[in-house]
Amino acid sequence: MGIFDYFKSKNAPSSASVAKDRLQIIVAHERSKRHQPDYLPQMQQEIIDVIRKYVQIGSEDVQIQLDNTDDCSVLELNVTLPEQS
Amino acid sequence: MSLSEDITLAKIIVVTSGKGGVGKTTSSAAIGTGIALKGHKTVIIDFDVGLRNLDLIMGCERRVVYDFVNVINKEATLSQALIKDKRTKNLFILPASQTRDKDALTTEGVQEVLEELAKEFDYIICDSPAGIEKGAQMALYFADAAIVVTNPEVSSVRDSDRILGILQSKSKRAEDGKEPIEEYLLLTRYHPERVALGEMLSVSDVEDILAIPLIGVIPESEAVLKASNQGAPVILDTESEAGLAYTDAVNRLLGEECPLRFLEVRKKSFMKRLLGG
Repeated sequence: MGIFDYFKSKNAPSSASVAKDRLQIIVAHERSKRHQPDYLPQMQQEIIDVIRKYVQIGSEDVQIQLDNTDDCSVLELNVTLPEQS
Repeated sequence: MSLSEDITLAKIIVVTSGKGGVGKTTSSAAIGTGIALKGHKTVIIDFDVGLRNLDLIMGCERRVVYDFVNVINKEATLSQALIKDKRTKNLFILPASQTRDKDALTTEGVQEVLEELAKEFDYIICDSPAGIEKGAQMALYFADAAIVVTNPEVSSVRDSDRILGILQSKSKRAEDGKEPIEEYLLLTRYHPERVALGEMLSVSDVEDILAIPLIGVIPESEAVLKASNQGAPVILDTESEAGLAYTDAVNRLLGEECPLRFLEVRKKSFMKRLLGG
């Protein structure tokens, strides 16, 4: 550490701790996806297609999530319908 | 084709990482040499088809006549393709092919070669190519243990986690429902000074994220480039911290207790500290 570093803010989190926080989040996210079945993305697309027959929605308006607890799996489907004009 | 009993006699260790340039080949060369120095008959296989480099790191590039793909295609016998290391007893190298054909390695072909090697060798070290494509998957498919080489840096840690997922789902052990591959973390290019300043992820940070046992920490060292310039695995440089850290890692891999070292900041002179050198 050089003499000029002493003038820097001591309160800001170190870049290493920022890196650790970011990694913990992204790794946890990617691990949860790792165990999802391969058909999930295609199923999501087909669900979107069905809904689109009736309502105009974008692909971001459908959230699909599979949660595995001990002995049961819950498929959570979240569709945001557009506001009626 | 079923995996014969013979293959289980030898221990197959893949050196992998996902990310490129983190030190897979350097580590394969060092660890393979270290195991051979301990008296175990060892072969290091370069799985990086098209980008052969283990031969350069081991200093045997001018002795390559036949390669891994020649053996698979029955254009050469295994004993013709194996290169006996000149420095270290009990050590052999099987070079990768420089072909551009990515499908040169077949599962059956690789299995046949590994089965034949397993009859003669105690340890088979598979130096994986970077990435998560077929070449990398082939290198880890038959493994009993995996050394995941990681730099204390975000993209490398993330890619290591990716590779861990592949080890757990796409290996032969996973597919057969056998005991999973043993996974070990090898942290390379570690700067204790930068860790102390909060500029680099620490050993425990990376351990927390990847949650696999640590086999070694290799400090950033000029000796690594010097060793590759000369074509001698860095573990033979017993003057260097990196070389000694690899020796420690090999001892741990073979089941010895060995405390971590070279993780503390070296003392600097007052002037150097003042000037931030």
